[in-house]
Formats: sequence, structure tokens, C-alpha cells
Amino acid sequence: MHDSSVDLAPTDAAMLRGDEGAAAAFAMEILVAFADALGAPSLLDITRAHIDGCLYHGQASLDFVERLVSTGGRVRVPTSLNVGAVDLIHPELVRLSPREKNPAVRLMKAHEELGCRPSFTCAPYQTEFRPVFGEQIAWGESNAIVFANSVIGARTNRYGDFIDLCCAITGRAPAWGLHLDENRAGQILFRLTGFPATQLATDGLYVAIGLLIGAKSADRIPVIENLPAPVSEDQLKALGAAAASSGSVGMFQAVGITPEAPTLEDAFRGSHPQEIVEISPGDVRHTLLDLSTVADGTPITAVCLGTPHFSRVEWLRLLALLRDIAPARGIPIYVNTGRATLNQLEGAGLAGELPAFSVIPVVDTCTYLTPILRSLDGVVMTNSGKWAHYAPGNIGVEVAFGEMDDCIRSAAAGRVVRESI
Amino acid sequence: MHSFGSRRPRCQGVDLIRAARTYAAGEAEGAALVLTAPLSFWGGVDVDTGNVIDRSHPDRGKNVTARILVMPGGRGSSSASAVLAETIRRGTGPSAIVLSVPDPILTVGALVAQSLYGLRCPIVVCAIDGIATGDRLRVQALDHVASVVHIG
Repeated sequence: MHDSSVDLAPTDAAMLRGDEGAAAAFAMEILVAFADALGAPSLLDITRAHIDGCLYHGQASLDFVERLVSTGGRVRVPTSLNVGAVDLIHPELVRLSPREKNPAVRLMKAHEELGCRPSFTCAPYQTEFRPVFGEQIAWGESNAIVFANSVIGARTNRYGDFIDLCCAITGRAPAWGLHLDENRAGQILFRLTGFPATQLATDGLYVAIGLLIGAKSADRIPVIENLPAPVSEDQLKALGAAAASSGSVGMFQAVGITPEAPTLEDAFRGSHPQEIVEISPGDVRHTLLDLSTVADGTPITAVCLGTPHFSRVEWLRLLALLRDIAPARGIPIYVNTGRATLNQLEGAGLAGELPAFSVIPVVDTCTYLTPILRSLDGVVMTNSGKWAHYAPGNIGVEVAFGEMDDCIRSAAAGRVVRESI
Repeated sequence: MHSFGSRRPRCQGVDLIRAARTYAAGEAEGAALVLTAPLSFWGGVDVDTGNVIDRSHPDRGKNVTARILVMPGGRGSSSASAVLAETIRRGTGPSAIVLSVPDPILTVGALVAQSLYGLRCPIVVCAIDGIATGDRLRVQALDHVASVVHIG
């Protein structure tokens, strides 16, 4: 290993020497090199990790985890897992050949052998793994990172492949970036201007604001002023997911809404915005229209909801809409959700009515990552800014964006119907 | 720990020496491919071919395989570590990477490939001005210091 300028605690140095076993030494070696390249002066303790490495990218991903398994690796903090490439509860949904499916499944299982919990969700913040305000964590998955930092006020950098797992195995992370007070101040101000006083907190507004701030913030921390108070935290989840899709946002602040921004001054921690950007109702409208690659009235072949994974609250909203609108054309409505959330729904006796409306719950994975949709030829409607952003490139579909109620109306009509945008 | 560049006047044989800092150790020799913009390996490099496939990158279509990849930095994406490691495993990756600023994501990818497969892709940081595509370079990255030498 090369010389490092990271000041290691005695316990770090002992782990690096192999006192805690070969797997911990291997993970610590990589973590120290990473911290050194960041310029972090030292490491700090973390109390949770969320691992984004169980989606198969190639043999190297699997070899890395197998190395940790074979050398006795074990995570030191409660560790949740992000989505994989396969729905392990409903494996028949994923249309991969055995040659493609086997290493993808093995990668998910190998993580469990390290002591990671099989949550397989991109919304761990809406499960038992939710951190608390001020908690130091090492999380992967862009939308989860933004939610943890922004909506909860927990502290994580944008961790990714290999490193999130090294943090989990060592229980340490570089003392750097968003872990530290001084790096959590807002840097760029987005001010909603020209909206009516009666502006409603619609889902679409939150998606559009997320996409707009992501595109213009680069890696700066955006602060949003004049955002109407959200109806639920799911709207903030949609905003963060959109911002992390159109840019590399790791944290946002919404004045009067998120915990570190009771006032504009708090959001900037006494400093001044580097830039001020005004967002008009026209910007919101154009952003939402740009998400669709087709015109209203175009026939659709499927609806995809739940990116990020549907919460219990979102399921209850969906069930009410299904009963009200009663789509009966057999157009599949795929809903990505965590297995724990689906269990709750089944336990409450609420999942029984889903097949009648052609609702297909998908767990452990997401419909834009892996071949699940029966047909990729037609247009797919979604209420997710993230899904609309990635799916055309990832799986080659045409997309129509609409709010959840319009998605269900469209499923009932068999074509794109939009009343809410 | 700061990287620095020093330039020797051109003379026969060795005519460009850069003192550099090692982020992943190793040695490599070969032709430079100088990129004008940072490149993310995830979504930016095809692991089958080593081609630059990022549509928005000015050097799209060029090939990184066995080249000494010289660029200002890596760009963001946290999945780039896995993609770099995979290209090294497959033999489609660069033989070394010379950056002007440290990149933690690429460093991790190179270290993982070295640990898993014993394959080295040294990563060093130094001033990269004056290096042109096609220059033959030798990168020697020892445990703490490194050099980048122009050999023709």
C-alpha cells in the first residue's frame, strides 16, 4: 500500500494490520486509500450502512463480495441492501436467462452472508432502517442519500460501489464532506417566483422542482425557497430522487420544511448564495412536458409506479384511486415496493384486490433496471421523474409522465389522459 | 501530499519528467491518450471494447485499452469503481491513469482489481499540460512517489 496522509486511530491501524481478520483488513485498506484520495484527515464512526452493490454490473462486483465472504467478512453496523436485478419473491417476473440470472442472484445472496439484511429496497428510509437526525451513516443509492441528508438530517456522503461495503465492514467512513457541519451549508438558491398564493403542493410540482434544481446545481447544495408545504414526505422523496437523477445532488434544503433549514439564514449557515435562480410556473410546466416522449391520447401498454419504492402511504392512495377509477382493460400497473412494505399490505388484507385491477407488485428490484415489462414496444406511463429520466435509455421505452391519478385514469382509458398537469 | 510538476528541457532520450504522487502503485509504458474532459467510466466506457461511449464526451469513439489514460479527472458516478475494475479484469482497461486531481472512485477501482486479480493499473496525479495523445510515456508509481517519463 502507498503512504497515506490519513491519521488513523489505533483501532483503525489494528484493523489494517489484520487484527480483526483478513476481510476487515482488506476493507480497511481500500477505505484508507479512498479517504486519502479524498483528502480526508481521518475516519469517523458510522452507525448504519446501506449497500448499493447488489445490482450486478459484472464479474468484478461478484468477485469483490465473494472475497469478503470467503475471508470471513461481517458487517459491523446494521446494514440494509438496495435493489438487485431479480425479484427474489416473484422470480418469474424477471425475464433473464439462467446465465444472466444466476450471478445476479448470487450477488444478492452473498451480501446476506456478510450479515447485510435482505431489505432490497431503494427507500430504506421508510423501513426499520430509517436513521435519525444527526446520525452518521454510510449510504449508497442516490435517492436514499438525498432523503437521509435532506429530509431526515442524517449525514452521509454519496457512497458507491465497493466503498459502501468497506464502510459497513469496518464501521468507519472518511471524516469529510457532508459528514461535517461546515460542508452542509446551502450554496445555490432556487426561489419559486410568480406562483399563485393558492399554489397546491402537487406531486408534479415536486418532481419538476427536483429535476430543475438537479440540472443547475451540479454538486452544490441547493436551497429551495417558497416551496408549498408538502402533503407527505413522499413528495420530498420524489423531489430528491429527481434531483439526484438530473444532477449529482447529495443534499437539498427546503426553507421552512427540511430540518436544517427553518429559515433562509439557517439554510446558508450565515454565508451567501453563490447564485440565485428563479423558478417560474412556466419552468415547472415545461419541465413536466419535457419528461414525456409522446403526446396526450397516445395508447399505452403499461403503467410503472414506485420509483423510488412505494411507501405504505402511497399504496393507500393507490388503492383509493383503483377503487374509484376501476381500470378494467388489463393494462398492467407495475408497482415497485420493498418486500417489507408488501408484507405489511398483505398482512392488512389489502393485497387481495390488486389482481382485479391488473396491479403487479414488484419487490427487490425496479422495472427500469431489469427486464420485467411484458412489452417494450409501446408507451409506458409513470408518475416518477426518476423512472421517466432513466427508462428510455436503460430499457428503450417511450414514456409519458403524469401524476398518480392520471396514470390510473390512463390505464382505464388505454391511452394517455392528463388532467393534473 | 500535493502533486507538483517539474519540467526538464527537451533533450535526447528522456525529455519530460513529472514528479507525481501515487494513488495506486504499479508500472506501465505505452502511448498516451489525452482526454480534454473528465470521463466517468460508468456509462462512459464500454467494458467489452474499451471504447468511450459517453454521448456528451468530446472524445467519444476513442479507445482506452492499454493506453496511458491522461485526463483532468474522473467524473462523479459512484459506479465507476466497478466498471474500471471490470475493464481491468477483462483486459479492456487502460494500462495506467494520469490525473491532474485525485479521484477516489477510480483509485478504489484500481485497488480492487489489484487485490482480486493481481492486475495493476497505476494511478498517479501530476500536472498534465504538455502531454499529447500518442506520446510514449513510462509511468512508475512506487509506494509513495511516482514519475511520468516521456520516452519518445
